[in-house]
Amino acid sequence: MAEATGLVTATPLPIPVRIARMAWRMRRLPLIPMFILAVFLATGIFAPWIAPHNPERGDIRARNVPPVWVGDDIQVKLVVEAVAIGEGSSQISLRDAGRKTKGAVVGDEIDVLIKEGGSTKYLLGTDHLGRDMLSRTIYGAQVSLVVVAVVLFIGGGIGVTMGLLAGWYGGVVDEAVMRLVDIKLAIPTILLALVLILALGQSFMIIVVVLAIAIWPRFARNIRGEVLQLKTMDFVALAQVSGASTPRILFFHIFPGVINTLIILATLEVGLVILLESTLSFLGAGVPPPTPAWGSMVADGRDRLAVAWWISTVPGLAIMFIVMSMNIFGDWLRDVLDPRLRQLE
Amino acid sequence: MQRYLLRRFVMAIITLFAVSLLIFVMSRAAGDPRHVYLDDYSTQEDWDKLTENMGLDKPYYQQYGIFIKDALSGKFGESLSEGRPSMEIILERFPATLQLGLAAFAFSVVLGVPLGILSAVKRGGPLDMIGKFVALIGQSAPVFWLGLMLMFFLSVQLEWLPPYGRQEKTSIILPGITLGWFYVAANLRLLRSAMLNVLDSEYVKLARAKGVSEKVVIWKHALRNALIPVLTFAGITLGGLVTGSLVVETVFAWPGLGQLAVKALIGVDYPLLQAVVVVFTLMYVIAAMLVDIMYAYIDPRIRYA
Repeated sequence: MAEATGLVTATPLPIPVRIARMAWRMRRLPLIPMFILAVFLATGIFAPWIAPHNPERGDIRARNVPPVWVGDDIQVKLVVEAVAIGEGSSQISLRDAGRKTKGAVVGDEIDVLIKEGGSTKYLLGTDHLGRDMLSRTIYGAQVSLVVVAVVLFIGGGIGVTMGLLAGWYGGVVDEAVMRLVDIKLAIPTILLALVLILALGQSFMIIVVVLAIAIWPRFARNIRGEVLQLKTMDFVALAQVSGASTPRILFFHIFPGVINTLIILATLEVGLVILLESTLSFLGAGVPPPTPAWGSMVADGRDRLAVAWWISTVPGLAIMFIVMSMNIFGDWLRDVLDPRLRQLE
Repeated sequence: MQRYLLRRFVMAIITLFAVSLLIFVMSRAAGDPRHVYLDDYSTQEDWDKLTENMGLDKPYYQQYGIFIKDALSGKFGESLSEGRPSMEIILERFPATLQLGLAAFAFSVVLGVPLGILSAVKRGGPLDMIGKFVALIGQSAPVFWLGLMLMFFLSVQLEWLPPYGRQEKTSIILPGITLGWFYVAANLRLLRSAMLNVLDSEYVKLARAKGVSEKVVIWKHALRNALIPVLTFAGITLGGLVTGSLVVETVFAWPGLGQLAVKALIGVDYPLLQAVVVVFTLMYVIAAMLVDIMYAYIDPRIRYA
């Protein structure tokens, strides 16, 4: 007895040891991806308070302003009487030179400002309509976040329900659901989405529904497999014996058993949903403009790569980092929660 | 085996019918199809005539029957923007898409397979790190953005390759790499994990214990077994390349089916879009079916599942 008391009142370990232990336990925690995801979440939720400018209204006088770290584009030009044809990039006429540098004479070489660099007013520059890239990217996070949340809720909901029903009832129900899954998987997702959007119109709700249709089969398939295992368990039989109704068993006895799988699937699907949504936006079939969706922002900069590379680059980087972080985080979560699911890959 | 083949074949047919039904319902749900051809200035006579021609006076199931009959004989009506039969346009553009698909496929195998093997054999080495990097980018970067970035660096900045079109011989390189990158990543990861599994197996240990040289162990004993999942995936790739082409062709103005589909979509060219969707789905379904059949030959467990 005394020993037991001694254990409870044992002096706590010195702080450095505790920190070291905590670090050891967290060594496999994907810290950088988690940080990126936290930033994504925060910017998405607090976009109106963080964004420095209005994402949809631009300053027409400040179009294609480069990001802040880009310096002025200066070129050395030779001052001549009249610029020879085709030599505009290396020569400047005396009259123009006089306006820029007082007292310039023919034969001088002077620095000419070709394009102004970035300003601190627009940290990531502006797009072709003078809209602030940073604000648009921040609001884009919000759009992606909302789409992901709603799509996962609807698609996951459909998938889980279908999976539960198919796994529990088996027979005809199972066959019907699984054939539906097969058919869905046999149709190219983007193509299906494009056709649906063209037919039903382009709106936020339609896009969400289309994406939900695209992701439910994977939920249904995996949840069904889990249910097939769970329903042979003793606690299910006991629940039946004690007179629990089928909905009650499904919801209170089976469903808690598949929550782990559900969480893992959901995290693994987030990247896919973001990629699909941005692809639709890029093709002009996503969330309608002027709402700043990352995909359509990349599309905006498509024809302006040579003059304003940042318009396409910035939102694309955002997509890539979020998807990358989500994938790494999802893999990690899967390994922690359920190593068996590694077979999914 | 025959039962499996039959089942698989029936499944493919059902899928195609489901798609055709979907397209039919969509084309009707989108509003009166006559609006595509006529406007407010058309006479009542024109409207009536078109109603009869399109069979719109008949019940829906008969309309669907007509649609299927026409689809089976390759008649999807004339493209609104080009005024020619849709099938004719599709056949013209098919070679470009096929070429792009093959280029991407070749790229994914040529880069993905060796990198996968080497990163498994030299686990943790520099090649493994490069492989991981390539795979991470391939799985996370949106295809359209990757294409634009390659275009920006290799065409706009360095001026090594033509940025778009299909005029020059080197035009295929950028779209091919863009489309293939994701599959490089997939092949690489698949092969790496399969190789690691196989290299850990008893028969490889036995081969090593017998004193078989490392080269023979890797190339003969391990690789042959590790290739099965890659082979299956290669088939799936062929189908996936079909849709990937949609985005990549748009980015690089590659004159293939994908670009055609997007154009038809933007221009609300219904007959053309229907035809493209059907052709795409057909390619996809056939590719998937061939893969399943091939897989069943390679791996007997599938047949009896």
